Amino acid sequence: MVKRKFSRSSLKGWLYLLPAILFLGAFMVYPLIDVFVYSFEEGYNSASQTYFGTGMYNYSYVLHDPYFLQAVKNTFILVIITVPLSTGIALLISIGLHSIKPLRELFQTIFFLPYVTNTLAVGMVFMILFKKTAYSEGLINLLIAWFGGEGVDFIDGPYWAKMFVLCFYTIWVVMPFKILILTSALSGVNQEYYHAARVDGTSKFRIFMRITLPMISPMIFYLIITGFIGAFKAYSDVVALFGTDLNAAGMNTIVGYVYDMLYGDSGGYPSYASAAAIILFAIILTITCINLLISNKKIHY
Amino acid sequence: METVTDYIKIEKRAKTRSAITGTVIYVLLIIWAVIVLFPFYWMILTSVKSYSAYNSEYIPKFFTLSPTLQNYVDAFTTVSLARYLVNTMIFTVATTLLMLIVITLAAFAFARLDFRGKNIMFIVFLSLMMIPNELVIITNYMTVTNLDMRNSFAGLILPSVTSVFYIYLLKENFEQIPDSLYYAAKVDGTSDLKYLLRVMVPISRPTLITITILKVIECWNSYVWPRLITDDEKYFLVSNGIQEIRENGFGRENIPAMMAAVVVISFPLIVLFLIFRRKIMEGVSRGGTKG
Repeated sequence: MVKRKFSRSSLKGWLYLLPAILFLGAFMVYPLIDVFVYSFEEGYNSASQTYFGTGMYNYSYVLHDPYFLQAVKNTFILVIITVPLSTGIALLISIGLHSIKPLRELFQTIFFLPYVTNTLAVGMVFMILFKKTAYSEGLINLLIAWFGGEGVDFIDGPYWAKMFVLCFYTIWVVMPFKILILTSALSGVNQEYYHAARVDGTSKFRIFMRITLPMISPMIFYLIITGFIGAFKAYSDVVALFGTDLNAAGMNTIVGYVYDMLYGDSGGYPSYASAAAIILFAIILTITCINLLISNKKIHY
Repeated sequence: METVTDYIKIEKRAKTRSAITGTVIYVLLIIWAVIVLFPFYWMILTSVKSYSAYNSEYIPKFFTLSPTLQNYVDAFTTVSLARYLVNTMIFTVATTLLMLIVITLAAFAFARLDFRGKNIMFIVFLSLMMIPNELVIITNYMTVTNLDMRNSFAGLILPSVTSVFYIYLLKENFEQIPDSLYYAAKVDGTSDLKYLLRVMVPISRPTLITITILKVIECWNSYVWPRLITDDEKYFLVSNGIQEIRENGFGRENIPAMMAAVVVISFPLIVLFLIFRRKIMEGVSRGGTKG
């Protein structure tokens, strides 16, 4: 009697869980296994769903593909520039926000706006601001000319110019989240520490270095980790600026390479796409582990 | 006597110093505010410039004296902007509703019910939280293609109706509801489902609203999956629509009309944000990432 009752309530629990299990199984667990299978199947043909054999060929192909190497280079440059810069600027702005009273709410609201915008749509505005065409200088070039500089087409021009716009736009997009997290971290610091320091006559800079920074360091660290992961997955902001043919623009990213292999004019190679996606995942995992190792030594909790 | 003037001098110096720091802070904040707001200003400005006026400006002007709404008319008549908007709304509402049902049931099972294998299952769910979307999207693309669900709402919606993170968030919230309520309801003969709907859901409304808002923002901005799964314009969402407009919209490069479309697409979320500002910012700091 007791046993039957137990199994009935057990059944009920699984029944409530069933929809979630079905969806996660079909669209997460199965694909996760399948992506590894794909990546080892050589010469997979998506039309006939057949393949020649198994092995490491897909990885070797991807790692020797100049487009992939270009994508890796672009992604790493983007990550190395935007993660420290955006975190640093966000920290400055949050400290500024924290130390003022009037207009704080207004500034907070304005700074959050990029979060609720469509990346593709606003990216197009950036494209127009930075683009230089035969019949229009573009606004940024106008500004450059005011300061006596030489204009340049940031969208179809030299590599460094394109990378500059991409980094600028990426920082613009990721700032709201960072400012939000850092301002709430700053207001979470216990005021008693400040009072104690002020009584002791400690200088403001010293208070910041010795109290504020250590207290919010876990949050800064959280932002660095999520920043790395997000920047490594950059894709839609790149499309917004340079269009869908990223290989031609020389601005592809690793995620962009995965999708190009899967779909579109150069698509139809799920095996190569899988291998590239797994390489990306391995890179992200390695970087996150390194980050965590550093944090265990440096961060005060 | 001398010590007094010294004191005044020191106080004066401290005052000027804090005034300088204050100014520097405001200047910094204003610079960033301008950088954030300027693209919005520029898209609205460009969207009300007429096609000929825009194209005759070799050096762009910062204002216009003859605003026109013609571009908005063009955006709705020349390209199927209205259809993209309706599609996105259907997609957003259906995805969010289905997800709320799935995660509420799952969170209830984890928080309130006892069953064999619950703890193991919960660990499995938590570990799924670490799987990046990029890794599973390839097979999902093949699955949906093989099931012949390309260019359909089912294909668009189904892969994104579960979120392990939101299940976790909601479960934590459910667990804060005192057990005594549950036992009291049991004594009254209330069924589990009724208890869930009548007691737990209303109590957890703030969290459910947060989750809803975050999901709506995510749906409105989703680009990659819809792009993979739709190539028929009838099923385009706004992100794909704007990309399509950019690549082969309006015949010649009609940037003012393009900007009108961008304004129309950006508008709903910004209005939503201005209404639910506190709620959204609180929700994002609890569980949102972007970028």
